[in-house]
Order: sequence, then structure tokens, then C-alpha cells
Amino acid sequence: MAEITTLHYLVVAAALFVLGVIGVLTRRNVVIVLMSIELILNAVNLNLVAFSRMWGNLHGQVFSVFIVVDAAAEAAVGLGILIAFFRNKETINVDEIDLLKW
Amino acid sequence: MFLDHIWLIPLFPAFGAAMMFFFGRRMQKAAVSTVCVGVVVVAFVFACVTVVEYTHFAHGTGQPFEKIVYTWLGSGDAHLSFLKRDGTPAQFNADFGFLLDPLSVIWLLFVTGVGMLIHIYSIGYMAHEGGYYRFFGYLNLFMFSMLTLVLANNYVLLFVGWEGVGLCSYLLIGFYFHRKSANDAANKAFIVNRIGDAGFILGAFTLAWYLGSFRFLDINAAARSGHYLIGDTVLTAAALLLFVGACGKSAQIPLYVWLPDAMEGPTPVSALIHAATMVTAGVYMVARSNAIFVLAPTAMKTVAIIGALTAIFAASIGLVQNDIKRVLAYSTVSQLGYMFLALGVGAFAAGVFHVFTHAFFKALLFLGSGSVIHAVSGEQDMRNMGDLRGRIPTTFKTMFIATLAIAGIPPLAGFFSKDEILWQAWRSADGGFPYLWLIGFGTALMTAFYMARLIFLTFYGQPRMSQEVEHHIHESPKSMTGPLVVLAVCSALAGFLGVPHSLGGSNGFEKFLAPVFERGTEAAIAATEEPHHPAGEEHRKLEWLLMVLSVGAAVVGGGWAYRHYALAGKDYPEPIAVKAPPLYTVLYNKWFVDEAYDYAFTGRRKLGDIRLGAMGAGEASSWFDAKIIDGTVNGAGWSTRAVATLSTWWDKWIIDGVGVNGPAILARMISYPTRLLEWGLVQWYALVMVAGLLGFAVYYVWK
Amino acid sequence: MQSHILSIILFTPLVGAFVLLFVPKENKDAIRWIANIFALGGFLISIPLVPMFWAQRFDATQQFKFMEGSANNWIPSIGAGYVLGIDGISFLLIMLTTLLGWVSILSSWTAIESRVKEYYVWFLVLQTGMLGVFMALDFFLFFVFWEAMLVPMYLLIGIWGGPNKLYAAIKFFLYTLLGSVMMLLGILFLYFHHHAVTGIYTFSIPELYKTAPQIPFHAAIWLFLAFFLGFAIKVPMFPFHTWLPDAHVEAPTAGSVILAGVLLKMGTYGFVRFSLPFFPQVLSSTATFLNVTTRGWMIGISLVGIIYGALVSLMQKDMKKLVAYSSVSHLGFCTLGIFALNPAGLSGSVLQQINHGISTGALFLIVGILYERRHTREIAEYGGISNVMPVYATITMIMFLSSMGLPLLNGFVGEFTILQGTFTESWKWAAWAAPGVVLAAAYLLWLYQRVFFGTVTNPKNEKLHDLTLREILTFVPLIIAAFWIGLYPKPFFQILEQPVNQIVLTVRPGYPIPGYPNATPAVNAQAAPVTTPAQIPATAVTAPTAPVAKPAHAAAAAKPKGSF
Repeated sequence: MAEITTLHYLVVAAALFVLGVIGVLTRRNVVIVLMSIELILNAVNLNLVAFSRMWGNLHGQVFSVFIVVDAAAEAAVGLGILIAFFRNKETINVDEIDLLKW
Repeated sequence: MFLDHIWLIPLFPAFGAAMMFFFGRRMQKAAVSTVCVGVVVVAFVFACVTVVEYTHFAHGTGQPFEKIVYTWLGSGDAHLSFLKRDGTPAQFNADFGFLLDPLSVIWLLFVTGVGMLIHIYSIGYMAHEGGYYRFFGYLNLFMFSMLTLVLANNYVLLFVGWEGVGLCSYLLIGFYFHRKSANDAANKAFIVNRIGDAGFILGAFTLAWYLGSFRFLDINAAARSGHYLIGDTVLTAAALLLFVGACGKSAQIPLYVWLPDAMEGPTPVSALIHAATMVTAGVYMVARSNAIFVLAPTAMKTVAIIGALTAIFAASIGLVQNDIKRVLAYSTVSQLGYMFLALGVGAFAAGVFHVFTHAFFKALLFLGSGSVIHAVSGEQDMRNMGDLRGRIPTTFKTMFIATLAIAGIPPLAGFFSKDEILWQAWRSADGGFPYLWLIGFGTALMTAFYMARLIFLTFYGQPRMSQEVEHHIHESPKSMTGPLVVLAVCSALAGFLGVPHSLGGSNGFEKFLAPVFERGTEAAIAATEEPHHPAGEEHRKLEWLLMVLSVGAAVVGGGWAYRHYALAGKDYPEPIAVKAPPLYTVLYNKWFVDEAYDYAFTGRRKLGDIRLGAMGAGEASSWFDAKIIDGTVNGAGWSTRAVATLSTWWDKWIIDGVGVNGPAILARMISYPTRLLEWGLVQWYALVMVAGLLGFAVYYVWK
Repeated sequence: MQSHILSIILFTPLVGAFVLLFVPKENKDAIRWIANIFALGGFLISIPLVPMFWAQRFDATQQFKFMEGSANNWIPSIGAGYVLGIDGISFLLIMLTTLLGWVSILSSWTAIESRVKEYYVWFLVLQTGMLGVFMALDFFLFFVFWEAMLVPMYLLIGIWGGPNKLYAAIKFFLYTLLGSVMMLLGILFLYFHHHAVTGIYTFSIPELYKTAPQIPFHAAIWLFLAFFLGFAIKVPMFPFHTWLPDAHVEAPTAGSVILAGVLLKMGTYGFVRFSLPFFPQVLSSTATFLNVTTRGWMIGISLVGIIYGALVSLMQKDMKKLVAYSSVSHLGFCTLGIFALNPAGLSGSVLQQINHGISTGALFLIVGILYERRHTREIAEYGGISNVMPVYATITMIMFLSSMGLPLLNGFVGEFTILQGTFTESWKWAAWAAPGVVLAAAYLLWLYQRVFFGTVTNPKNEKLHDLTLREILTFVPLIIAAFWIGLYPKPFFQILEQPVNQIVLTVRPGYPIPGYPNATPAVNAQAAPVTTPAQIPATAVTAPTAPVAKPAHAAAAAKPKGSF
């Protein structure tokens, strides 16, 4: 069986990343947008772990743990904002969220 | 053993009062009277036994017995101290301590004795009134305060009783709290008394500051030690301040105004508090401080003059009053004036003797008048009475005895005590005192007149009440007439305790009190003659002459009243009103003193548009407070806000407007085209970013 | 060994406030119960302090007892420490605070219906703030508590107050803040002065005691005035009093109780704890302003406050305002006693502060009870209340009598002792104060007559129900305390004896007190006015720490002269 090299991981991660970016750009439901962001983060994690394995040290893994934590916090804050927003506007459609213009 | 537990005496009535406070509402009237009268009877019996024990203890030397229960004010050691006038420290201390000496023995006995009789009387008198338990609770509280007052061993504890009786007087005058007049009278009594109290407490401070203690025994010992000269300024001030207190409590000019109004209370209260006991507290206190007073001749003179003036002033008002209780009230004020006259001329024992006899006959008169009022369905106006002597015979007879006693007809009690005072006033050393005798003599004349007028209008002449009232006239129940009879006997006989030497007596009363009024070394030397020594033949003749004169005055006054009132029918003429109408108006309106006070001191009446007195000062202060002081505070706030508004304007239009927003507006104008690129949708931004990234990627990969 | 009882007492209410944060705000009864339990608990926890303190009430070896923490242990870089400690004066005030805290929280059960949770949280925070002020022995800590209790009070008035609450709350806050800022400047001056003398930065009050009296007079007088402003506004003394009626009228009942009962005492406490021992040179100086010495001014405005407050009281139409102005009058007595500067005056003053807390606290409860039923405080709206509410009328009578200083009730003991102390300084002062006693009777009895006596004229008053058991319960401890102090004040005098004598000896070295060493009071050895500023560093740096005073009683036994 062929050995799984770093490149394999990078390909998978790139695929994940592209999936995430497409999700973020195209979906209208904020929840799914958030999930897509998680996907992007996990793609990065995968890269980090892969490089960690490649270089034979733990730096990449440590970073990925930070990112996992960060992702959790971010999800919490994001969902909190989402709920507050839903209370105000009664929708979670991203098209409606255009307050940044002001 | 009883003597050692003397502190229990005031506690018995206190217990009764506490019972009424906690359980009175739920108690039957019978239970209330059992408890409340019971405790006073116990107190009386206890007091009698204690006094007997005390006489054994003292062996006729009048040596005081002191019992200190606990330290009340102060930390109980010398570390809490104050500086005396001479710069040495003295312990700040006032004990819950009791003192029994001949002076307090006399008060103790008649307060508990008369108090007990009046409690019994009240059972009948108050039987149909509401607030029965409240009434007896207050009465018991009063007994507690009064006994504390007379048994205290220092000025501070005396002040406890002093204020306490004032409070009870307030509560009892305002007993019928639905009536505004009763409440007004109650407030007046308390506040006027408070003025006196302020004087009293300052007097006590002066003594402590000068002599280093509040304790009677310490103060007397110091005053009699000879260290202090007669006419000592500080002691004179102290004596005068104490006398201000006495003026308040014992209704002397200028603080007498509360006592006539105090008749708004139930009649037994008038008898107990406003005739027999409480109003004599001032006399007691001055007598108690005699060691100070003899060192302050100016104060003594003031006491004598105020006393004499009060005596004749109140008697003159009493001549024309129509309310039976008001006549008696002014009579009380007048008699108190007599007592102070006696104290002022140095005849302390005579003053105390008059307090003693007065307690009996004045209590009797008040209780009798209560019985009369009871009989005529609550009517107090003598113009609507008349011809009651046959219908309420016991009341009539007892009141008649009391009238003879107060008028000074021998050999009833009032004769001995009053003549002793007049005689002492006449012979006292300093010049001018015969004038005081003259005033006293005039007062005696007036007293006989107004008392006889009261008797004739009430019991003689024609019935002037309405048919219905006349129909209901009845003698009072036994519980009311019983005390009347006992008091009548006392009024008749009490005088024999103090028959003067000139009439062959031994004046045992005076002898009993002598140790209390013993002069200090300094004062004794200064006295030009030994005051309590049997006088020579000259004196005796003079004394007899004066006696005859005053008895004559009594007879003349009584006779004059007989001529005018004995047959009074409806619309009888008032002799003074007929002969001197302006005088009558002035007397009838009590010399307009209340009105003057209202204008000048309380401020209840306005002088034109101006309000003077306390309320005027209050209004002025309120105005000052709201406008000036608070105005300054608000003004400071307002000016701060004004400056702030100005700053805000400056900030908004100049600094922010020109300085900050100006460039911003410029930037905005320039930035307008750029704004067109803004969508506000996050995904669009993300898309642009991705597109950019892709663009870079493509550029770098295929470059 | 350090005992932590003070910290426990201090933080019990705060713990209660913290616990309340976790109770849902809809559950009002649970909130009330928890708040009441913590308030009662705060009181009960302070009770063990009584026997502990009693055992060492005469102990003159240490000025402050139950010391906790040590100097500079909190923020060492600036010299701030968490230091607690009490003497007899603060002990009594702490007991008063815990008692009144409980009573007022109990009294608000039905009075507060909106924002219940916030109310109790703030109240408990306030409680901790007040206790802290009385316990702190570090100026930094003291100031933190002093300011910290301002905020809850501001909110209590501003949120749960009457119709004009915002005006009153802001006035209260800004006025007191003005004073606090002045005081802060004074504190900083003391702090830097201590550094200039000893080279040490510290906020420790016992340390500052040692150096403050060496401040040259021309600076000390300004410092005194800065502290004076802070405390006089708090008390409030005569021209600075107008925030008080407004704050009282608008505050909720319990707020008024605490405001009158405890907050005002902080001003007088400040005078006793700081102004007197820090600036003896100011009070003993003969320098005059308009021919009156500093002390004379203090006495003068106290006397004006006594009479003036009583007169203004007399004419009020609003019950609460009347009681508020009567506070001005009563607090005038307290400051009068303080500036009499002798043992009787000072101990009477502290006792009167306690009494005022009890009596006036009760008076505000009394007004609050009528207000809760009728929602008006206009005197003219009432009349004949004793017909419909006899128990209430009786309790009111007792508390009125206590407030006007009737013997055997608490007010008398304090007023008498103050007047006695004042009289021995100057009979004129006492004579000016005496009309205040008369006027007190006048305004209170007149109020009583108008509200309680007569027949019920206003039909709205016919249906009023008498006190409930809870309401009676709020009065019981106050009545017991009133009678206790009135009948047996000796323990209070004993507790106050030692601190009061020490303060007097600090301010007036050589004042003859039997049993106390005349020259060297325990507080500080350098209390005597320093002659020239140039000497300050030399004497101060080389001076050892304050010598430990001989136990007073041993000394007393050795030379009993002077007592009689």
C-alpha cells in the first residue's frame, strides 16, 4: 500500500478548505455559514498536523489545539450574536444582515 | 428589711403600669382595678412600714438613709470624669439610688396615701368611661414617676421622676384625645414644663460643675461646709435655674399657664396630679435644695416675690371664673404661690407643711367637684348648678370642710399652715417682707371669697340646671364618697401635727423636718436670729394679732360671697361685673396672658402680618432654609449647569463642529464615490476577498 | 494570633448579595427570604463580638482590638493595606449597623415590589460598605468603603425613591462626593507628609496618627477644613444639611432608616476618629477667624444646627421632612459633644449617635408604615390615627418620647451626658443647646397631636389596619435597645471610656483624667504641638514607636488621687 504522504493530507485539506469557502460564500443561513467556517478552520488544522508530522515536532499540533479552542469560543460568540440578532430581526438570513453599511 | 428594699416602692406601681401596657386591653374592668389599685395599696402599706422602720433607724436625728441600687449614668469608676470649675476632675456619675429623710418621708406618705384614695375614687368615677385600663395604667405610671421623684438621691434621678410626672400629666390631660382642647392643653402642659425642665437641668449642671456631684448628700455637705460664701454668684445662678424648673412644674409666674388648662383631664387626675402631688414637686425640689438656696439670698428673694405675686395673681383670676374646676385650678396656683412665698422667706418647714395640708384639702375639693360634676351629668359650669346641698349631702359636707380648711378657719388644717406662712413672711428679717405679708393677706381674703362663692353657687341658691339634669342628680357611689370622707377627716385634723408654739403646740412637724433644713456653718452665722426659736412675748402678741386678722379676712371674704351668691337664682349678677366692668373683663379673660403668650412666644396668633415666637422663628428658618441655604446649593448646581451648557455649546459647535467635524465633512465629501462600493453584506466582502486571493494565485502561478 | 471575626462580619452581607445574584428575579419571595436570612445572619454573627469585646474593654495596651491584616499588605507599592480593627467607638457603631441593617431589610418586605432582586443586592452591598468604613484602619481601604457605600445609596434613592427621586439622588451623590474629594485631598496630604517625615509611603491610620500632629499649623488648618467639609456634609452640620431632607423624603423607608441611622454617623465617626486625633493643634490653637477659634466655630455651628433644625422641623408639613430636620437638630448635639473635647461630651456624643440611630431609625419606620398604607406623608391628611391603629400609636409614642429625650429612654442619657460635658467647658454653650430640648418636645408632640389625636376626619383613614406581626417585629429590637440604654447605660459608658479618654488626652495633653498618665497618651507620644517645623524630621525620625501605655487600672490603683 502506498504511503500516505504530506501531500495527501494537503490535498484533502485543500478540498475541505474549498468546500468551506464555497459554503461561506453561497449559503444564506448563518448557521451553515458558521459551520462552513469551522470547516475552513479544520482544513487549517489538518494542514498544521500534517506539517507537524512532517517536521517531527509538536509545534503544529499545539497550534491546532489552540485553533480548536478558538473555534469553540468563536462558535459560542457567533451563536450568541446570532441569537441576539434573531431576537431583533426574526431572521438569520445573511442577506438581511447588511448593517455593516452604516 | 423594708427600708433596705425601699426601691420596691416605686416599682409596685411600675409593675401595674407594665401589666396594663401589655395585657390591659384584654383585661376586665374588675381585674384592671384590682391590679392597679392593688399595687398602689401595696405601695402605701410598704411605704408606711418603711417609714416606721426609718424612724427606728434615724432615732429622731433625721439622719438620712441612702440605698444605691446600681450605677445608672457613668461607667461606675472614676475614669469617666468631668472637670469641675476649679479644674479638678470629678466622677461623672448618677446612681439609681434612693434617699429617705424626713422630707422625703412626708412626700412619700402623702403621695402614696392620697394617691391610693384617688385610685379608689377613680374606680367609681371612671366606671362608665372608655379606656379604663389606659387610665389606670397612666395613673400607675404617674405614681411610679412621682415616687421616683421624691425618693431619688440625686438630681438626675429626680429629673427622671420630674420628666416622668410631666409625661403622665401629658398623657392624662390628653386622656380624652378626641377633644382638640384636651390635646392642646396636654401639649401646652408638656412643653411649658419642658421649659422649666431645661432650667432645672442647667441648674443641676451648674451644681455638678461647681460642687462636683449630682448627689444630694454630697451637694448639701459641700454647701454646708462653709467653703462657699453667702451670695456666691454661681450658687445663686444654680438656685435661680432650679427655680425656673420649679416654676414650670409648680405653675408659678410666668410658667403657670398650663395648669388651668390641665383641667381638661379627668377629675381624679386633676386631684392627684394637678393639685395634690405633681405640682408640689417644685416645692419639694426647692426644699430639697435648701442648702443651696440659703446661700443665695437673691434667689430666695426671687422665690418669695414670684410666689407672692403668683398667689395674688391667680387668686384674682379665680374670683370670677365660672368653671368649677377652673376656680380650683387657679386656687391651686395661688396656694402654690403661698408655698413658694414660705420657701422664699426661709420658712421651708412652713412651706412643706402647707404642701402637706394642701394635698388633703385640695384633693378633697377636686374629688368633691368631680362628685358634683358626676351628679349633674358632666356639667362643669357653676352657673348651671345650685341647691345641691340636700341632694348630694356627703359631697357637700366634705367639700364644705375643705373650703373652711383652705379659707383658713381654725382649727382646720389650712389655718395652721397658712398662718405659719403669713407669720414667717411678716417677721423674716430682710426689709420689705411685710409687703409680702400684705400680699399674702390679700390673697387670703380672695381665697375665702372665691371658695365661698364656689360653695354657694354650687350647693346653695336656686337650682339652675335643666329639668332633665335635675332629675338625674344622685349621690356618687361608695367608692367615691369613701375617699372624700377620709380626706375630709385628714383636712380637718392634719393641722394639729404642726400647731405653732404661740398656740401652745409643739410644732412637731417642723421639729421632724428640722434636720433637713439645718443651716450650714456659714449660713447659720449669717442668720441674724435663730429662726426656729420660740419668740418672745412681743412676738407672740403680734403673731396672735396677725392670726386674728387673717381669720377675719377669711370671714369677711366668705361673708361677702354669702351676700352675693347665697341666694343666686338664674342670671344672678356678678358683683365685680356690676361694680367694675373693665376689671371683670380683664379678670375673666385671665389678664389676657394666654393671648399675650400666643402672640409673643408660641406665635399661634399673628401680630398684623408678622408672626413672632417659636412658630415665627420656625417659619423664618424654613424660609431661610428653603430659599437661602438650599437656594445656594441649588444655585451652585444651577450655575454649574449653566456653565456646562455653555461649554457644551462651545464644544458642540466650535470644537467639535469646526475643529473635528469640519475635516470629517470634508473627508465624507471626498469619500462619497468610494461608498458606492459598500454593500454591507458579509458574504459579498468574503467573495471579493476570495476573488482577490484567486487573482493573486493566478497571477503568481501563471506569471 | 489574628481573629477573623471582623472580616466575617464585614463580608457576610456581601456574600448574601452574591448569593442573591443566582436567584431568578421572578422569585421574589425567595429573594426576600434569602436577603432577610443574610441580614439577620449578619446581625447574629456580630453578636459573638460583644462578649469578646467586653472582655477587653478596659485594655489600654492596644488602642485597636481585633486587628486584622498588616499595614501595606494589599497594594504594597503605594502602601495600602487591608487592615481592620475596632475600638469601643467603632464597636458600638458596628453593632448599630448590623442591627439596623437587619431591621431595615425586614421592614422592606412589602414596601418594595419592583426590581426586588436589585434592591436587596444593593442593600447588602451598602451594608458591607458601611461596616467597612467603621472597621478600616487604612486610609485607602477606608476611602474605598466610604465611596463604595455612596453608590448603593444613590441607587436606592434613585430607583426606589419617591416622585422627585432623581433630583434627591443626584443632590445626595454630588454633595457627598464634593466632601469626599476634599477629604481625599486631605488624606493624600497626610500620606505625603508621612513620607516626608519618615521616608515611608503608607496609608496606615495608626502610623499616620504619629506624624499628623507635627504638620505645621498653617497647613493643618486647611487639612482640618478639608476633612471638616467631608464630614460636615455627611453629618450633616448646619449650612451643609439641605441634601438631607430631600434625600430622606425621596428615599424608600429602609433607605431612610439606614441613611439616618448609620450613614450620618460616618460623619461624626470621622470627626472622632480623624479630625480630633489628627489635628489637635488646630483644635487647641487660639488662632481666630472673625474672633472665634476653630473649636468655637465648630461649637457655634453645632448650636445653630440644634436650634435651627428644631425650628425648621416645627413648621414642616411633611412628616418625613420633619423627622429629617429633627436629625439635623440631634446631630447638632452629637457634634456639640465631640467638640466639647472632654470625656463626658465625647462619650455622650457617641452614645447619642447610637441613640439617634435607634430613635430616628424607628421614626422613619413609623412614617414608612403610614406611607405604605396611604401613600402620602402630608400631616394634614391624617388625624385620629390612634383610633384605628392603637398598637401603632403606642409604639410611636414610645419612640417619640425616646427621640425627645425622656429619662429612662435612650435619648435622655445621650443628651444629658453631652450637655453635662458641654456645660463644664462653657455654661453658655449648654444654655444655647437647652432650647433645642424644649423645641424637640414641641415639634414631636405637635406632630403626634395632628396625626394621632382627635377623631378620624379623613374617610380614607378609617379602614387602616394596625401593625402586622412582621412590622411589630421590626420595632421590638429598637424598643428593647431604647429601654436598655435608658435604664442601664453603664456597659456603654464602660466600653467608651478607654477610647474616649485616649482621644481626649491626644487632643488635650495633660487633661486631668484620674488613672490615666497625663503626659504620654497611648495614641502617640508626639501629640504635643511641635514648636517649629524645622524640628519635625529630626524628632520624628529618631522617635521610637509610641510607648505602650500602662494599663489604666493598674495606674488607677497606684494613685487614686483626683477621684472623690
